[in-house]
This record gives sequence, structure tokens and C-alpha cells, in this order.
Amino acid sequence: MRIQLDFAAVLSQWPLLLNGIAWTIALTTVATLIGMLLGILCAQMRAKGPVAVRFGVGAYIELIRNTPFIVQLFFIFFGLPVAGVRLSPETAAFIAIVLNLGAYAAEIVRAGVEATPRGQIEAAVSLALTPFQVFTRVVLPPALKKVWPATVSQIVIVMLGSSVCGQISVPELSYAANLIQSNNFRAFESFIVAALLYLALSVVLRKFLNWAGPRLLFGR
Amino acid sequence: MVPAIDNAPGSRLVVEITALRKSFGEVEVLKGIDLNVHQGEVIAIIGKSGSGKSTLLRCINGLETFDDGALRVDGKQLLHESPTAMRELRQHVGMIFQSFNLFPHLSVGRNVMLAPTLVKKRSKTEAAERARTLLERVGLADKFDAMPDQLSGGQQQRVAIARSLAMDPAVLLCDEITSALDPELVGEVLRVVELLAQEGMTLLMVTHEMNFARKVSDRVIFMHQGRVHEMGPPEELFGSPRTPELKQFLSSLHD
Amino acid sequence: MIEFSLWDILRNLLLALRWTAALSLVAFIGGGLTGALLLYARLAGGRVTDRLIGLYVQLFQGTPLLMQLFLAYFGIALFGIDVSAWTAAALALTLYTSAFLTEIWRGCVASVPKGQWEASSSLALSFVEQMRYVILPQATRVAIAPTVGFLVQVIKGTALASVIGFVELTKAGTMISNTTFKPFTVFGFVALLYFALCFPVSLTARYLERKTYGPRH
Repeated sequence: MRIQLDFAAVLSQWPLLLNGIAWTIALTTVATLIGMLLGILCAQMRAKGPVAVRFGVGAYIELIRNTPFIVQLFFIFFGLPVAGVRLSPETAAFIAIVLNLGAYAAEIVRAGVEATPRGQIEAAVSLALTPFQVFTRVVLPPALKKVWPATVSQIVIVMLGSSVCGQISVPELSYAANLIQSNNFRAFESFIVAALLYLALSVVLRKFLNWAGPRLLFGR
Repeated sequence: MVPAIDNAPGSRLVVEITALRKSFGEVEVLKGIDLNVHQGEVIAIIGKSGSGKSTLLRCINGLETFDDGALRVDGKQLLHESPTAMRELRQHVGMIFQSFNLFPHLSVGRNVMLAPTLVKKRSKTEAAERARTLLERVGLADKFDAMPDQLSGGQQQRVAIARSLAMDPAVLLCDEITSALDPELVGEVLRVVELLAQEGMTLLMVTHEMNFARKVSDRVIFMHQGRVHEMGPPEELFGSPRTPELKQFLSSLHD
Repeated sequence: MIEFSLWDILRNLLLALRWTAALSLVAFIGGGLTGALLLYARLAGGRVTDRLIGLYVQLFQGTPLLMQLFLAYFGIALFGIDVSAWTAAALALTLYTSAFLTEIWRGCVASVPKGQWEASSSLALSFVEQMRYVILPQATRVAIAPTVGFLVQVIKGTALASVIGFVELTKAGTMISNTTFKPFTVFGFVALLYFALCFPVSLTARYLERKTYGPRH
């Protein structure tokens, strides 16, 4: 038996693939920027907030971390319209992916913040910094630096996970691959190409974040 | 117990402490402290660990709250309840810690510049210029761009001193600032403190360096079991201690 | 249209939950065994083996599980073998799990101080003896918590098998939601069932981690 593979049939659809990559990058970028902010906020609320807030934030974090992303996405996209919130696939995907990374980031950031030596905070307080300044200028940068490797891994996981968004027809990379294979019946080749593109994206993303983190977030 | 004697050089009071009490849970660590510090005065606080001397220092800039009594810095009442008032107060009180506590992610220069730019809203250039001057004063002019972890303990502590001075404090609190240093690095830090004393900085320091305390301070306070047990000029305290507790403390140092 | 009561929905979901559990167990056990073999090959083999297995790990960690499932499903079909969704899902998830577990365990072995290897070598222990009596006992202690933690990832990963048509919890949810028009309730239940399955495992992993490293701080 001979297996004939035809990658040209897939690669000729490069505009679709390119568009898919753009969407995957867009989803990942939004998830990273807003999700990290959400994570930092939740980490602080879980550590310092009133009991009810702590419980609420804790429940959110555990619910997200202990359910599959695809179910979160389906709940937001299919479930919420019943409750009167109608969302486009893209909006639903953005919300889901931000909420998802936010929960993981909260736990990661919390570990970093907890590791801050007390003396650092006392020194900053003694220099008359406001609590907000103490947190953003003294606590957060070294904390992020400490947990940056874990954060980068989580962002890569979220990028790969964004492939699920194609299931609600967000035109990201896996959706493009699906579209191509339904046109030319080259399923295996389509998904091989998509998988390799994801692999390249994950390598580039990891490199970029390792480069950008120290420069943009915590100096040096 | 000895009443507070005001035999200090300046006349303006920088720190006024009256009947200060503080407990950690069941344990009362400060049992009514009275102390006045005049402008330009150098005070050394000595005593065994657990005598409450560090806690006293930490009360003065509000890192610890006290339970009873009053504390005024630069004429202003210390109010724990008001964060704004506390920050206002802390602009006048510098603190140097045993463990330096430099911010590890900021260069030496930026450590010194941070509070002036954030709190005093100074411009970056102005703050940088001042930081360079201060670093020169502590003998670290060439370390402006170095990171804290590239410095020795003694150098880090001198940066911490420059960082405090950048806020132009009315009084500098030094909490065992040489205790975490290797013996050969103690001297360089003490020389900086001595220089500050000569320049007229008001200093309140908890120290184990008795020779230094004797040489530099105007007044020495011996704390024992949460009280000011003995107080006076260094020659008097070290030369002719009156209480058996101080005698015992001093002789224990020579072992 | 058939009327589904709340209980009907929950009962059908619970029935499907068995398949989620079954797929998770198959992948976890199969992946664990494969991962252990890979770990052994990596430790005992030469540089080439190490590089190859490293590549294997990177392939599975650097591509979406969804793509892996598609590739298993369509890839086997390429050989003219008609595969069920169950087979494809079990295969893909097993390989996926093996890649992650072998990497986790390699880290645990690497965490055993080098002196332990040197000491056991100087006692003239063979490689297998070294592993059996010196290295693995120490590595296992460290490995238990992250391994249990990864089980949560496997359980959540099985949800993607729904995409290639395997009827587990998520697929059942989609089907029931399509017939009942109650997506909010159905996916709410689906999420809670996953939570009920995963949360105790997460808690166990956290408990084990504390036991290994002592309390935080």
C-alpha cells in the first residue's frame, strides 16, 4: 500500500493559513495582556481582599483550573445567550481565553508575590511610598521575574489551547486547517501543516516572551 | 529608672516619645518609654536582644504600632489610622535595616532615585543628579549603574544609607546596620555613619558596636526588659555604669 | 421534541462521565507506562536517544492536543485502517500523556543531587541497581505530586476527544444541549461534573506537594 501525501494542495491555501495565524496571535496577545492584568488583580484580591471577595476570587480560580477550556468556551458562547448575553464567536473566544489565563496567572503571580521578602516591603514603606507604589514598583517586578518561566509556559499552553476556538468558528489556525481539509479532503496534510505552524508559533512565542519579559516588565 | 535628661546640642526636638507601650500578644516589650531626641543629636541604643530596642526604632517610623503613649516626629503627632499622615511622617524619618533591603530589580542609582521621584515628584534628571552626589558621599560614585547583587554587603548598606538620605530625613534610624556584615566590611559602613554624625545628622541607632557608640554618640541608652534602664553620655555609661544590669551587660561583651 | 427533565439531563451526563473517566484512566496508565519506558531509554541510552526523546517531548508540548487528536484520527485512516473515535482518542491522549510525564519525571530524576550518582557509582552499583536503590526512591518522592497534578490535565484533555466524535462528557453535553435547547443548564452541569472530578485530584496534588516540600515559606 502506498500513501500519497499532497502538501501542495494545503500550502496553496496559504492566505487562509496566514489569516488563521493572525487570529491565533490576536487571541494570544489579548489573553496575555488582559489575562495577566486580571491575574495580578485576582492574586492581590485573593491575598488582601475581604473574606467574601477572597472566596469569590478563589472559586473563580478553582472553577477555571478544574474544568476544560472547551467547556468554558461552550458555556460562554452557547450558554450565556440563554441568560440574555448574546456574543459573537470572536467576542466569546476573547472573553473565555482571558478568563482562562487570568485564573492560571493569578496562582502563578501569587506564588511570586508571596516570595517577596518582608524587608523589601518595609524598606519601601519607610521611604513613604503609597501601598500602590509599593506593590507596582517594589513587590511586582521581582515577583514577575521569579515566576516568568512559569508564566511563559502558561501563555504557550493558552496559545495552543486557543485552537479550540475554531470549534465555535473563530477563524484561527485550526479552523483554517479544518476549512482547507473540508475543501480538498487532504485532512492529514492539513493538520500536519497546522501542527507544524503551531510548533513554530510556540517556539517563537517562547523566545519572544523570554526576550520581552526582562526588558518590558522587570528591568535588566 | 532615670528621668530623661535634655543635655543635647541643638534645641529643637526632632523625636518626642512619652510613656510608649507596646505588646506582642501577651508579652509587653515596651513598658513606658520616655525619650526626647534633639536636632543633631546622635543616640546609641544598646541592650540585650529582646530588650525592645529594635521595636522602639520601628515604632518611630510606624512599622510597628504602639498600644499606649504618644510619639511626635518633627512636632507632628504619629497617627496610625491615617495612611496619608503616616506617609507624610515617613518622609521625615529615614530607616536603615540590618539586611539592607535594596530593591534587587533596580540598579543602585534607581534604588536611590525611586522614592524622590515617586513621593517627592522630583524630575528624573534632578533625582539622578542628587543620587550621584549621595553615592559619591558614601564612596560609591562608580556604582550608579551596578545591580545590588553585584555589590558586597558593606557596599549595599552604604547604598541603603544614600537611599535614605535622598529623602532628606530629619532623623535617621539605624537598626543594627552592621550585624549582617562580615567583620572586615563593618568599618566602611561605620565611617559613613560617623561622617553623617559629624555633619550634624540626627541619628538614632541600635548597635552592638560599643567602641563606635562610645566614639560617635552624644548619648547612650541602655534598654533592659522594655525600659530605658540607664541613660547618659557615653563616658559615664561605659566608664561608670550605675546599675548591676548594665555592668553585667558590658562585662558580657568582653567575654 | 422529547421533554428532558433536569434529572434526565444529569443522568445522561453522568452516564457519559463514565467514558471521560475511562478515557482518562486509559491515557494516564498507558501514558505512564510509555513515559516510564521513555524515561528509562533516556537515562540508559546515549546522546542520540536523549535528543530523539527530547524532540518527541517538544512535538507533543509544542502542538495543540486538538491537532494531535486530528492527526491520530486521520493519520491511522491513511493506512487504510478504519479507526473508531475511541481508539484514536486513546492513542493520541496516551502519547500526549507519555510525553508530559516522561519530561516531568526526567526533571525529578535530575533533581536528585549529583553526589548520589557519584556515591552509588563508587560503591560499584550497576546502572539498574543505582536506579532501583538510590535514584528512583528519591526521585519518586518528588514526582508524586506533579504526577497527580498532571492527571487533572489529562481529564481536562479528554474533553477534546469530543471534537473527533467520541461521546464522553463534553460531546454528550453538546448533544443534549442541541436537543433540549438548554445550553446554559447543560454546560453548567458539564462544567460542574468536570469540577467534581478534577478538584479532588487537584487538592490531593496540592496536599502531596506540601507533604513533599513542607508548608509554604
